[in-house]
Amino acid sequence: MYKIGVIGARDSVLAFAALGFAILEAADAESARTALHRAVRSGEFAVLLLTEDLAALLEQDIARYASDPLPAITSIPGCRGATGYGMAAIRRAAERAVGSDILTESQEA
Amino acid sequence: MAEIRVNPTRMELKRLQTRYQTARRGHKLLKDKRDELMRQFLAVVREDRELRLRVERALGDVYGGIAMAGAAAHPRMLQAALLVPKCESAVTVRHRNCMSVTVPQLEIQDTGEAAAVGFPYGFAFTSGELDGALTALVAVRADLVKLAELEKQAQLLAAEIERTRRRVNALEHILMPRYLSAIRTIKMKLDENERGNITRLMKVKDLMLSAAHAPQDEDE
Repeated sequence: MYKIGVIGARDSVLAFAALGFAILEAADAESARTALHRAVRSGEFAVLLLTEDLAALLEQDIARYASDPLPAITSIPGCRGATGYGMAAIRRAAERAVGSDILTESQEA
Repeated sequence: MAEIRVNPTRMELKRLQTRYQTARRGHKLLKDKRDELMRQFLAVVREDRELRLRVERALGDVYGGIAMAGAAAHPRMLQAALLVPKCESAVTVRHRNCMSVTVPQLEIQDTGEAAAVGFPYGFAFTSGELDGALTALVAVRADLVKLAELEKQAQLLAAEIERTRRRVNALEHILMPRYLSAIRTIKMKLDENERGNITRLMKVKDLMLSAAHAPQDEDE
């Protein structure tokens, strides 16, 4: 059994506490980075959700764990709404695999 | 292009031909693997994108509801209401082998009094908006885990596709042409030796013939 962790500013993560997710409060990039690495190292988490604003700042730290099967680190919109970072991440992955941006095309179609 | 340096012998030729056949077979297999990975990747990415849109919309509603509830109640009250959950969400992980890529499959499970996912607070001091927001959040909970699973799968598959594509290209554009050119070099060298041999034999035959005829000429 693994835990689900949410990393983000207090306003964004508070609601997830009611679901029984583990709340890792982080007000700035530095504390989020510490929380992220500590959470991954502990090996207790299968899912780590980061708010998009923090995920954008911690891109390199997240990339370090990209090739490991666990934990699955994903960005979710924070309380200020979706910034489009998560969508851009999907598009980047597709671009890496296919060699061109296929998702934008399919949106137009 | 750097050539493979080889001894022009039949043994070397045989060895290179076997290696070329192996490379060709590997190339075909890897190409098939790449195509299948791509097919699965595209399916994952499409599903992922739809799910993300849905989650983003749902979370927007949730945050809106909580902001409204926060405006109506004291922030401390809100914290007190939310911070002690009734249930604990956990996930079980199974690993699936997808074209030799190990991808996790996550399944959400509740522990504690979760079966009846109720509100972890009394209704006396909180507003109705909070109830609505939490109901929406509970509904989106499984989607969040699914989203994380799909994005992880997409990441892992993308990395594997990239690796496979590089291998296919390396075989197709570097290794196989090198083998082919080495095989051609050896074949030409062997043919050349063969021709040299034949001319030498013909020459020797001529010499011997002329030597055999020469004494007769002298006798006459």
